[in-house]
Amino acid sequence: MFSDIQLPRDIYASEEHQMVRETIRQYIKKEILPNRERWEEQGYCDDSAWTSAGELGLLNLSLSEEYGGGGLDFSFSALLIEEAAILGLVAPAISMHSDIVAVYIEQYGSELLKQKYLPDMALGKKIGSLAMTEPGTGSDVQAIKTTAVDKGDHWLLNGSKTFITIGYTSTFAIVACKTRPGTDQEGLSLLIVDANLPGFTKGKPFKKLGLKESDTCELFFEDVQVPKDHIIGEEGMGFIYMMQELPRERMTIAIQSIGVAQGAIDDTIDYVTDRVAFRTPIAGFQNTQFKLAELATQLSVYQAYVDKCVKLLATHELTAEAASMAKLGATELESQVVDECLQLHGGYGYIWEYAIARRYANARVTRIYGGTNEIMKLMISRKLLSRYTAEAKAKRKRRREQKVS
Amino acid sequence: MNHSVYNEDHRLFRQSFRDFLSQEIQPHIDKYEAQGKVPRSVYERFGEMGYLGLGYAEAYGGMDLDIWYNVIMAEEMNRLNSGGFAAAIGAHSGLALAHINGAGNKNQKEKYLRQGIKGQLIGCLAISEPDGGSDVQALRTTAIQDSDHYIINGSKTFITNGVNSDFIVAAVKTKPLAKSHGISMIIIDRDTPGVTATHLNKLGWRASDTGEISFQDVRVPISQLLGIEGQGFLYIMQHFVTERLAMAVNGYALSEYALEVTLQYMSERKAFGRSINKFQVLRHRIAQMAAEIEMNKSFVYSLYRRYQEGAYLVKEASMAKLLATQLSDKVTTQCLQMFGGYGFMEDYPLARMYRDTRIGQIGGGTSEILCEIISKIMIDGANYNTTK
Repeated sequence: MFSDIQLPRDIYASEEHQMVRETIRQYIKKEILPNRERWEEQGYCDDSAWTSAGELGLLNLSLSEEYGGGGLDFSFSALLIEEAAILGLVAPAISMHSDIVAVYIEQYGSELLKQKYLPDMALGKKIGSLAMTEPGTGSDVQAIKTTAVDKGDHWLLNGSKTFITIGYTSTFAIVACKTRPGTDQEGLSLLIVDANLPGFTKGKPFKKLGLKESDTCELFFEDVQVPKDHIIGEEGMGFIYMMQELPRERMTIAIQSIGVAQGAIDDTIDYVTDRVAFRTPIAGFQNTQFKLAELATQLSVYQAYVDKCVKLLATHELTAEAASMAKLGATELESQVVDECLQLHGGYGYIWEYAIARRYANARVTRIYGGTNEIMKLMISRKLLSRYTAEAKAKRKRRREQKVS
Repeated sequence: MNHSVYNEDHRLFRQSFRDFLSQEIQPHIDKYEAQGKVPRSVYERFGEMGYLGLGYAEAYGGMDLDIWYNVIMAEEMNRLNSGGFAAAIGAHSGLALAHINGAGNKNQKEKYLRQGIKGQLIGCLAISEPDGGSDVQALRTTAIQDSDHYIINGSKTFITNGVNSDFIVAAVKTKPLAKSHGISMIIIDRDTPGVTATHLNKLGWRASDTGEISFQDVRVPISQLLGIEGQGFLYIMQHFVTERLAMAVNGYALSEYALEVTLQYMSERKAFGRSINKFQVLRHRIAQMAAEIEMNKSFVYSLYRRYQEGAYLVKEASMAKLLATQLSDKVTTQCLQMFGGYGFMEDYPLARMYRDTRIGQIGGGTSEILCEIISKIMIDGANYNTTK
């Protein structure tokens, strides 16, 4: 198995990590796998999946204990994401809830918002989603059209969002919107919008290529009156907050990808050891041996890079470019691994009850969500070509100034 | 590119078949995908139109047309964006009926081929088994003669039309201890006692029913034996050439259609203030894909020309399927990426293409088996020529 050739993972070395790992495994075995097929049919997971994760202390692992979190560092979140990915967990989308939505509130939210949302989130009683993408804007965040106008005692929110992970089952959403549309300071703001507010409606969960048990949907806001104090941090700072959180979000995807890749390799090792063709287990064919050796080698290299990034993230030193490289590389690796592992399963790889068929369907979106891999390349190349980027920016600025004068 | 292989009649056929599909089939495709099968009435309609017997003799209700009509039909079916639908039709007319047309006697053709061409009897071809996919010689289903009957035991899996077909053209061992020369082909009626089937849930090809069939003491008259006893392996090898060429057509034709819908989307979708078809990297990707599609298509066309001349094409057909199915995996992957988040959504065409293409490198001989065959011919001097 892959663990037989793996380097020791320093980031998960402590006793406590082993205990958390065991809890995760039990949780998935008991609460997730028996229900998964039904959830795939209905297009979302039951609320009980959240509350049972909350009871086991698996939500908001790396948030402060003061607000009900686990008080642990990010490596525990990483462990949860990776272990869940190895075992094939898709829903509930714990990482979106704990490592992204809750973090916005803890990092930038007021005391009131922290008190109101975080303890319940840690128990799985409130479920949060993040609403950035709009029908006309994917990775181009600055082009957001949703607006929230200051009406004295409330924000009047209008617009729509799409591709919102756990949008359908969440009890509230963090919504990126423009509070001063059409002005020079139209910058983005982040509002917490409770699902029960009048004018807030949700689309049906999308039918998707994969991630079938995790709901993704559209959200619509029509004259929604959001309490004035439900803004996260300062008005107009949304874009900056989002940029600051990007490395963490991208790492959650990269970590998940190396977990899926490891799970797929292990599934395949089991399969080729048992499956006989031409009177030999498939493991006896050189093609199989070399394919698995290549995949395991690549996975080992990515694990080392991802581990390094996780450590840097825990000390807030991880750059956006390094995280983008982790996301780009790990998701491409994952896609290659699930593809080649499916191939080694032959016809069974195409049958849904085999884990590899699900992994294959689920993997495809990782090169798209959390910023497409094209956007990752844009960010990486900008930094890589920093001298050119700076000169081009200055040139554009000069041209604008000339136009004005 | 204007391919000179087609004459005016071919072009008229393409147009009328395309119109037929868009008027009578396309509106219902999502329903067939959801139901996991193609209704019987569709086969009958295909039969009425003559589409199930394009290349078969007029004596049995066929149209006696050249092979290019089959190529056109396969190409056009890709525009439905339902690999499962095309498979359900193809497994009947291109696999099951092809075996009966090739080796069947007059009585068998009178019954199964004639009614099959009309779409009144639906067939499937059952070779793969739970323990042996591409390893045909290792198959374990046995047919033991008991006076004027065979008693069949064993199971078959991954069989397209495996649940809903009326008859099964099955590969069985009539001499269980022998290797390839122990294999025979036999026609088994669905309603024979002891035949059961279960539906398999798949990653893609959802409009076709794929089944696991089991035979338990199934008594079949010896008159159901197809062709000569012990020649099954040769028949299978002969038909693999046409099956693999057809899958190569699917490879480039699905790629062409994916590229067509993607170019349309790219011209409409804007990012950072301009259409995404203006971004250099994306333009170059399109150019690269278009070049590879054209190369594959031309290769496959050249093989069909040689096929018409009766050439021995086991190696080349394997090469064509190998590359064309890899191509459609690559093209659908890259085209899906152009759609961004919409690419993952079922309401857009690429999600289904992405699922459907993936069977290409597995069904009808995996890419690994094809590489085995090619290398055996090239390196060991193996000869699969069954026509001598």
